[in-house]
Amino acid sequence: MLVGGWAQAGPSMLAAFLASLVEGVEALTVVLAVGSVRGWRGALSGGAAALVVLLAVVAVLGRALTLIPLDLIQAGVGGLLLLFGLRWLRKAVLRAAKIIPLHAEDAVFARETEALGRAGGLGAGPWGDWLGFATSFQATMLEGTEVVFIVVAIGAGKNGLLVPASLGAVGAVIAVIILGVAIRRPLSAVPENALKLLVGCLLSAFGTFWVGEGIGARWPGGDWAIGGLIVGFLAVASIAVRLCRARVPLCERASGSVSP
Amino acid sequence: MRRIGGVLRELSGLFVDDGRFALSIVVWIGVVWLLLPRLGLGPAWEGVVLFTGLAAILLESAWRQAG
Repeated sequence: MLVGGWAQAGPSMLAAFLASLVEGVEALTVVLAVGSVRGWRGALSGGAAALVVLLAVVAVLGRALTLIPLDLIQAGVGGLLLLFGLRWLRKAVLRAAKIIPLHAEDAVFARETEALGRAGGLGAGPWGDWLGFATSFQATMLEGTEVVFIVVAIGAGKNGLLVPASLGAVGAVIAVIILGVAIRRPLSAVPENALKLLVGCLLSAFGTFWVGEGIGARWPGGDWAIGGLIVGFLAVASIAVRLCRARVPLCERASGSVSP
Repeated sequence: MRRIGGVLRELSGLFVDDGRFALSIVVWIGVVWLLLPRLGLGPAWEGVVLFTGLAAILLESAWRQAG
Protein backbone atom coordinates (compact mmCIF):
# COMPACT_ATOMS: atom_id res chain seq x y z
CA MET A 1 0.00 0.00 0.00
CA LEU A 2 1.37 3.39 -0.92
CA VAL A 3 1.89 5.57 2.13
CA GLY A 4 0.59 8.73 0.48
CA GLY A 5 -2.49 6.95 -0.89
CA TRP A 6 -3.59 7.02 -4.51
CA ALA A 7 -4.92 10.60 -4.19
CA GLN A 8 -1.28 11.74 -4.19
CA ALA A 9 0.62 8.72 -5.56
CA GLY A 10 -1.40 8.57 -8.79
CA PRO A 11 -0.97 12.24 -9.82
CA SER A 12 2.69 12.23 -8.66
CA MET A 13 3.47 9.19 -10.83
CA LEU A 14 1.56 10.71 -13.77
CA ALA A 15 3.32 14.09 -13.41
CA ALA A 16 6.77 12.47 -13.27
CA PHE A 17 5.92 10.18 -16.21
CA LEU A 18 4.63 12.96 -18.48
CA ALA A 19 7.36 15.45 -17.57
CA SER A 20 10.03 12.79 -18.16
CA LEU A 21 8.38 11.84 -21.46
CA VAL A 22 8.55 15.46 -22.69
CA GLU A 23 12.15 15.98 -21.56
CA GLY A 24 13.15 12.49 -22.77
CA VAL A 25 11.82 13.25 -26.27
CA GLU A 26 13.89 16.47 -26.34
CA ALA A 27 17.07 14.68 -25.17
CA LEU A 28 16.44 11.82 -27.63
CA THR A 29 16.38 14.29 -30.55
CA VAL A 30 19.93 15.45 -29.74
CA VAL A 31 21.20 11.89 -29.05
CA LEU A 32 19.79 10.76 -32.42
CA ALA A 33 21.44 13.72 -34.18
CA VAL A 34 24.76 12.91 -32.49
CA GLY A 35 24.47 9.22 -33.35
CA SER A 36 23.69 9.80 -37.01
CA VAL A 37 26.61 12.24 -37.51
CA ARG A 38 29.32 11.33 -34.96
CA GLY A 39 28.62 7.61 -34.42
CA TRP A 40 26.38 5.68 -32.05
CA ARG A 41 29.02 4.66 -29.51
CA GLY A 42 29.72 8.21 -28.32
CA ALA A 43 26.03 9.19 -28.50
CA LEU A 44 24.75 6.24 -26.46
CA SER A 45 27.58 6.23 -23.90
CA GLY A 46 27.16 10.00 -23.34
CA GLY A 47 23.43 9.62 -22.76
CA ALA A 48 23.92 6.57 -20.51
CA ALA A 49 26.61 8.33 -18.42
CA ALA A 50 24.26 11.30 -17.86
CA LEU A 51 21.44 8.95 -16.79
CA VAL A 52 23.73 7.33 -14.20
CA VAL A 53 24.69 10.77 -12.79
CA LEU A 54 21.02 11.85 -12.68
CA LEU A 55 19.95 8.66 -10.86
CA ALA A 56 22.69 9.21 -8.28
CA VAL A 57 21.50 12.81 -7.73
CA VAL A 58 17.90 11.61 -7.17
CA ALA A 59 19.08 8.98 -4.67
CA VAL A 60 21.28 11.43 -2.69
CA LEU A 61 18.87 14.41 -2.74
CA GLY A 62 15.81 12.26 -2.05
CA ARG A 63 17.45 10.76 1.06
CA ALA A 64 18.86 14.11 2.24
CA LEU A 65 15.47 15.82 2.09
CA THR A 66 13.92 13.23 4.41
CA LEU A 67 16.13 14.64 7.20
CA ILE A 68 14.42 18.08 7.10
CA PRO A 69 11.07 18.70 8.92
CA LEU A 70 8.14 18.04 6.56
CA ASP A 71 6.36 21.40 6.95
CA LEU A 72 9.58 23.25 6.02
CA ILE A 73 10.05 20.97 3.01
CA GLN A 74 6.45 21.45 1.93
CA ALA A 75 6.65 25.25 2.09
CA GLY A 76 10.15 25.48 0.52
CA VAL A 77 9.95 22.76 -2.12
CA GLY A 78 6.28 23.59 -2.73
CA GLY A 79 7.27 27.21 -3.45
CA LEU A 80 9.95 26.09 -5.90
CA LEU A 81 7.53 23.62 -7.48
CA LEU A 82 5.03 26.46 -7.90
CA LEU A 83 7.62 28.70 -9.60
CA PHE A 84 8.68 25.80 -11.81
CA GLY A 85 5.18 24.50 -12.61
CA LEU A 86 3.59 27.90 -13.27
CA ARG A 87 6.55 28.81 -15.50
CA TRP A 88 5.90 25.65 -17.56
CA LEU A 89 2.17 26.35 -17.60
CA ARG A 90 2.61 29.98 -18.67
CA LYS A 91 4.96 28.98 -21.50
CA ALA A 92 2.60 26.20 -22.65
CA VAL A 93 -0.32 28.67 -22.62
CA LEU A 94 1.66 31.19 -24.71
CA ARG A 95 2.67 28.44 -27.16
CA ALA A 96 -0.90 27.12 -27.41
CA ALA A 97 -2.07 30.68 -28.17
CA LYS A 98 0.79 31.01 -30.72
CA ILE A 99 2.28 34.00 -28.88
CA ILE A 100 5.65 32.20 -28.87
CA PRO A 101 6.70 29.51 -31.38
CA LEU A 102 6.26 25.80 -30.69
CA HIS A 103 9.24 23.54 -29.98
CA ALA A 104 9.66 21.50 -33.20
CA GLU A 105 11.76 18.31 -32.85
CA ASP A 106 12.37 17.97 -36.61
CA ALA A 107 13.86 21.50 -36.75
CA VAL A 108 16.03 20.85 -33.67
CA PHE A 109 17.26 17.59 -35.24
CA ALA A 110 18.16 19.34 -38.51
CA ARG A 111 19.96 22.17 -36.68
CA GLU A 112 21.95 19.79 -34.43
CA THR A 113 22.86 17.49 -37.33
CA GLU A 114 24.19 20.41 -39.37
CA ALA A 115 26.19 21.87 -36.45
CA LEU A 116 27.71 18.49 -35.53
CA GLY A 117 28.61 17.80 -39.16
CA ARG A 118 30.46 21.13 -39.43
CA ALA A 119 32.33 20.69 -36.14
CA GLY A 120 35.86 19.33 -36.23
CA GLY A 121 36.96 16.21 -34.40
CA LEU A 122 38.15 16.05 -30.79
CA GLY A 123 39.48 12.55 -31.30
CA ALA A 124 38.12 9.27 -30.06
CA GLY A 125 38.35 7.69 -26.63
CA PRO A 126 37.21 4.43 -25.05
CA TRP A 127 33.61 5.79 -25.09
CA GLY A 128 33.67 6.63 -28.80
CA ASP A 129 33.88 10.08 -30.42
CA TRP A 130 34.53 12.68 -27.67
CA LEU A 131 32.45 15.46 -29.23
CA GLY A 132 29.55 13.02 -29.66
CA PHE A 133 29.93 11.82 -26.07
CA ALA A 134 30.08 15.37 -24.68
CA THR A 135 27.12 16.66 -26.73
CA SER A 136 24.96 13.67 -25.84
CA PHE A 137 25.96 13.88 -22.15
CA GLN A 138 25.22 17.62 -21.97
CA ALA A 139 21.83 17.35 -23.69
CA THR A 140 20.71 14.47 -21.45
CA MET A 141 21.96 16.28 -18.32
CA LEU A 142 20.20 19.52 -19.30
CA GLU A 143 16.83 17.89 -19.94
CA GLY A 144 17.32 15.42 -17.08
CA THR A 145 17.95 18.16 -14.50
CA GLU A 146 14.33 19.27 -14.83
CA VAL A 147 13.17 15.66 -14.40
CA VAL A 148 15.37 15.25 -11.31
CA PHE A 149 13.89 18.40 -9.78
CA ILE A 150 10.34 17.23 -10.48
CA VAL A 151 10.93 13.74 -9.05
CA VAL A 152 12.74 15.02 -5.95
CA ALA A 153 10.28 17.88 -5.34
CA ILE A 154 7.24 15.64 -5.71
CA GLY A 155 8.89 12.88 -3.68
CA ALA A 156 9.87 15.25 -0.86
CA GLY A 157 6.37 16.62 -0.27
CA LYS A 158 5.11 13.55 1.58
CA ASN A 159 6.61 10.30 2.84
CA GLY A 160 6.32 7.48 0.31
CA LEU A 161 5.94 9.62 -2.82
CA LEU A 162 9.56 9.36 -4.03
CA VAL A 163 8.99 5.76 -5.17
CA PRO A 164 5.91 6.40 -7.40
CA ALA A 165 7.49 9.58 -8.79
CA SER A 166 10.73 7.70 -9.60
CA LEU A 167 8.77 4.82 -11.14
CA GLY A 168 6.90 7.30 -13.35
CA ALA A 169 10.17 8.88 -14.53
CA VAL A 170 11.89 5.51 -15.14
CA GLY A 171 8.83 4.28 -17.06
CA ALA A 172 8.98 7.32 -19.34
CA VAL A 173 12.73 6.92 -19.95
CA ILE A 174 12.20 3.25 -20.90
CA ALA A 175 9.30 4.24 -23.21
CA VAL A 176 11.43 6.92 -24.93
CA ILE A 177 14.38 4.51 -25.36
CA ILE A 178 12.12 1.81 -26.87
CA LEU A 179 10.50 4.35 -29.22
CA GLY A 180 13.89 5.79 -30.16
CA VAL A 181 15.35 2.37 -30.98
CA ALA A 182 12.22 1.41 -32.95
CA ILE A 183 11.78 4.63 -34.93
CA ARG A 184 15.32 6.11 -35.04
CA ARG A 185 13.84 9.49 -35.88
CA PRO A 186 12.86 12.49 -33.72
CA LEU A 187 9.48 11.85 -32.08
CA SER A 188 7.87 14.88 -33.69
CA ALA A 189 4.39 13.32 -33.55
CA VAL A 190 4.34 13.58 -29.74
CA PRO A 191 1.94 16.43 -28.80
CA GLU A 192 4.66 18.10 -26.74
CA ASN A 193 2.91 21.34 -25.88
CA ALA A 194 -0.33 19.66 -24.80
CA LEU A 195 1.74 17.41 -22.51
CA LYS A 196 3.64 20.41 -21.15
CA LEU A 197 0.37 22.20 -20.40
CA LEU A 198 -0.94 19.14 -18.52
CA VAL A 199 2.35 18.70 -16.62
CA GLY A 200 2.34 22.41 -15.76
CA CYS A 201 -1.17 21.99 -14.26
CA LEU A 202 -0.11 18.88 -12.29
CA LEU A 203 3.05 20.53 -10.90
CA SER A 204 1.24 23.78 -10.09
CA ALA A 205 -1.45 21.78 -8.27
CA PHE A 206 1.15 19.90 -6.19
CA GLY A 207 3.04 23.14 -5.49
CA THR A 208 -0.13 24.95 -4.37
CA PHE A 209 -1.20 22.02 -2.20
CA TRP A 210 2.16 21.72 -0.44
CA VAL A 211 2.64 25.44 0.06
CA GLY A 212 -0.85 25.46 1.59
CA GLU A 213 -0.01 22.53 3.89
CA GLY A 214 3.36 24.09 4.76
CA ILE A 215 1.78 27.40 5.87
CA GLY A 216 -0.96 25.66 7.87
CA ALA A 217 -3.94 25.92 5.49
CA ARG A 218 -6.59 23.20 5.66
CA TRP A 219 -7.69 21.81 2.29
CA PRO A 220 -11.33 20.81 1.76
CA GLY A 221 -11.34 17.06 1.04
CA GLY A 222 -7.79 16.55 2.34
CA ASP A 223 -5.45 14.92 -0.20
CA TRP A 224 -8.25 14.76 -2.76
CA ALA A 225 -8.01 18.57 -3.07
CA ILE A 226 -5.05 17.92 -5.40
CA GLY A 227 -7.51 16.62 -8.01
CA GLY A 228 -9.61 19.77 -7.62
CA LEU A 229 -6.52 21.96 -7.99
CA ILE A 230 -5.50 20.09 -11.18
CA VAL A 231 -8.96 20.70 -12.66
CA GLY A 232 -8.81 24.33 -11.47
CA PHE A 233 -5.46 25.00 -13.16
CA LEU A 234 -6.67 23.26 -16.36
CA ALA A 235 -9.67 25.59 -16.40
CA VAL A 236 -7.51 28.67 -15.78
CA ALA A 237 -5.05 27.60 -18.53
CA SER A 238 -7.92 27.08 -20.95
CA ILE A 239 -9.27 30.57 -20.19
CA ALA A 240 -5.76 32.05 -20.54
CA VAL A 241 -5.27 30.47 -23.99
CA ARG A 242 -8.63 31.89 -25.18
CA LEU A 243 -7.87 35.34 -23.77
CA CYS A 244 -4.43 35.44 -25.42
CA ARG A 245 -5.79 34.23 -28.76
CA ALA A 246 -8.48 36.89 -28.65
CA ARG A 247 -5.90 39.58 -27.91
CA VAL A 248 -3.50 38.79 -30.76
CA PRO A 249 -4.74 39.08 -34.36
CA LEU A 250 -4.43 35.89 -36.46
CA CYS A 251 -1.82 37.42 -38.79
CA GLU A 252 0.50 38.30 -35.89
CA ARG A 253 0.59 34.85 -34.29
CA ALA A 254 3.87 32.90 -34.24
CA SER A 255 4.14 30.08 -36.76
CA GLY A 256 5.47 26.63 -35.77
CA SER A 257 9.23 26.90 -35.31
CA VAL A 258 11.94 26.21 -32.80
CA SER A 259 12.03 27.77 -29.38
CA PRO A 260 13.95 26.46 -26.38
CA MET B 1 34.13 30.97 -12.73
CA ARG B 2 32.37 31.49 -16.04
CA ARG B 3 31.35 27.82 -16.08
CA ILE B 4 29.94 28.05 -12.53
CA GLY B 5 28.05 31.21 -13.53
CA GLY B 6 26.61 29.34 -16.51
CA VAL B 7 25.46 26.45 -14.32
CA LEU B 8 23.84 28.88 -11.83
CA ARG B 9 22.07 30.68 -14.69
CA GLU B 10 20.77 27.31 -15.98
CA LEU B 11 19.51 26.42 -12.50
CA SER B 12 17.81 29.76 -11.87
CA GLY B 13 16.32 29.55 -15.35
CA LEU B 14 14.40 26.46 -14.20
CA PHE B 15 12.32 28.68 -11.92
CA VAL B 16 12.45 32.19 -13.35
CA ASP B 17 12.15 33.36 -16.95
CA ASP B 18 9.92 36.37 -16.29
CA GLY B 19 11.06 38.22 -13.16
CA ARG B 20 7.75 40.01 -12.55
CA PHE B 21 5.80 36.75 -12.82
CA ALA B 22 8.12 34.92 -10.38
CA LEU B 23 8.15 37.85 -7.94
CA SER B 24 4.34 38.05 -7.98
CA ILE B 25 4.12 34.35 -7.04
CA VAL B 26 6.60 34.74 -4.17
CA VAL B 27 4.87 37.89 -2.88
CA TRP B 28 1.45 36.22 -3.03
CA ILE B 29 2.71 33.19 -1.05
CA GLY B 30 4.08 35.64 1.53
CA VAL B 31 0.76 37.53 1.69
CA VAL B 32 -1.26 34.33 2.20
CA TRP B 33 1.23 33.04 4.79
CA LEU B 34 1.75 36.20 6.86
CA LEU B 35 -1.28 38.43 6.37
CA LEU B 36 -4.25 36.15 5.80
CA PRO B 37 -4.24 34.53 9.28
CA ARG B 38 -4.57 38.05 10.78
CA LEU B 39 -7.80 38.62 8.84
CA GLY B 40 -9.42 35.73 10.72
CA LEU B 41 -10.71 33.95 7.60
CA GLY B 42 -9.84 30.51 8.98
CA PRO B 43 -7.41 27.91 7.58
CA ALA B 44 -10.05 26.37 5.30
CA TRP B 45 -10.13 29.58 3.23
CA GLU B 46 -6.36 30.06 2.97
CA GLY B 47 -5.95 27.34 0.34
CA VAL B 48 -8.79 28.72 -1.77
CA VAL B 49 -7.38 32.26 -1.57
CA LEU B 50 -3.87 30.94 -2.40
CA PHE B 51 -5.16 29.21 -5.56
CA THR B 52 -7.31 32.18 -6.63
CA GLY B 53 -4.38 34.59 -6.40
CA LEU B 54 -2.06 32.26 -8.34
CA ALA B 55 -4.71 31.83 -11.05
CA ALA B 56 -5.03 35.63 -11.32
CA ILE B 57 -1.23 36.02 -11.55
CA LEU B 58 -1.07 33.43 -14.37
CA LEU B 59 -3.91 35.10 -16.28
CA GLU B 60 -2.40 38.58 -15.90
CA SER B 61 1.07 37.44 -16.97
CA ALA B 62 -0.19 35.60 -20.07
CA TRP B 63 -2.44 38.57 -20.97
CA ARG B 64 0.47 41.00 -20.57
CA GLN B 65 2.79 38.82 -22.70
CA ALA B 66 0.16 38.61 -25.45
CA GLY B 67 -0.23 42.38 -25.59
